[in-house]
Amino acid sequence: MAIFSVYIINKAGGLIYQFDHNNTRPELEKTFAYPLNLMLKIYDDKVVVAFGECDGIKVGHCVLGINGITAEGRYLQDGREILEVLSSAENYPINIKFGRQKLSTNEKIMLASMFHSLFTIGSQLSPEPRSSGIELLETDVFKLHCHQTMTGIKFIVIADPRQTGVDVFIKRLYEIYADFALKNPFYSLDMPIRCDLFDTNLQQTIEQTERQGINTV
Amino acid sequence: MTIYNLHIFDRNGTCLYYVEWNRRKSAGMSQSEEFKLMYGMIHSIKSFVSRISPTDLKDGFLNFKTNRYKLHFFETPSGLKIVINTDLGVGNIRDTLHQIYSNIYVEYVVRNPVCDLDKPITSELFQTKLDEFIRGLPFFPSRIN
Repeated sequence: MAIFSVYIINKAGGLIYQFDHNNTRPELEKTFAYPLNLMLKIYDDKVVVAFGECDGIKVGHCVLGINGITAEGRYLQDGREILEVLSSAENYPINIKFGRQKLSTNEKIMLASMFHSLFTIGSQLSPEPRSSGIELLETDVFKLHCHQTMTGIKFIVIADPRQTGVDVFIKRLYEIYADFALKNPFYSLDMPIRCDLFDTNLQQTIEQTERQGINTV
Repeated sequence: MTIYNLHIFDRNGTCLYYVEWNRRKSAGMSQSEEFKLMYGMIHSIKSFVSRISPTDLKDGFLNFKTNRYKLHFFETPSGLKIVINTDLGVGNIRDTLHQIYSNIYVEYVVRNPVCDLDKPITSELFQTKLDEFIRGLPFFPSRIN
């Protein structure tokens, strides 16, 4: 039971607030012998597994570190290039840490505007007249709840499929937005929300919703 | 409860089969354009979901809801995609979509030597069997028969 993240998108599709909550992205460490039985490639300046799933390492996972040294993009922290380190036989046996990469701010902004357009297409393709956009999107590991206000601001909550009370939580989120962002004299409309009171109140509400979710089960 | 329409796409995005039952609004564009838009949306949702997901996905995208309809999605490992639009009262119909694939598509298209797998399906046998199957479902329409 958990609420994974919260996104707020303005009426133009720009991301104005994002919050990740207890995101424990799985990480996997494994020691390899030469030659490496995985195919790796550079994608978006990261070293990503392209082929050869084994022991829980999936296609799309990226290299997070080698022998305890953290990776930064396609280089290690000590400046060596990851693919070069992995291609020379004298570095083996080698311990590689794999995992899902945390989303960068740029990616979050991109995903937010992507959802903005999916929302519109969803209502265009409707077989019934006067449909709204996507309100609930289900996958096997999370549910995405979206609420669009009259003024076009979208509140998106990504939560565990079993989490209850998300609709109430979104309404609360709207209230917090109205109380601590809109009523803040220093906040300008459609701009990123940087406000401590907003942050703390949001966190409290998330924790409250998660606790209530456990109680009702 | 009711079923509005059904799309079958192949792995390249060609719409192999489309049929509608109780659809009340057209998308205001030509049918081929609508297929492209639908496939484009499904493709983007898949990539969106795999990137925004906090953990690794198994089945990936299953369905979405608006205030008027619900879209159900099923993809086979070979990339064949089945998309069904229903109203909001319908629950999880993954098994039904799988049955359409295994009992109707495989039976009457894959095993039919004259059916081309990457061309739109014209087999009448497939069409009648699919129509029969959909009309026999418990959540098929009460509204307009």
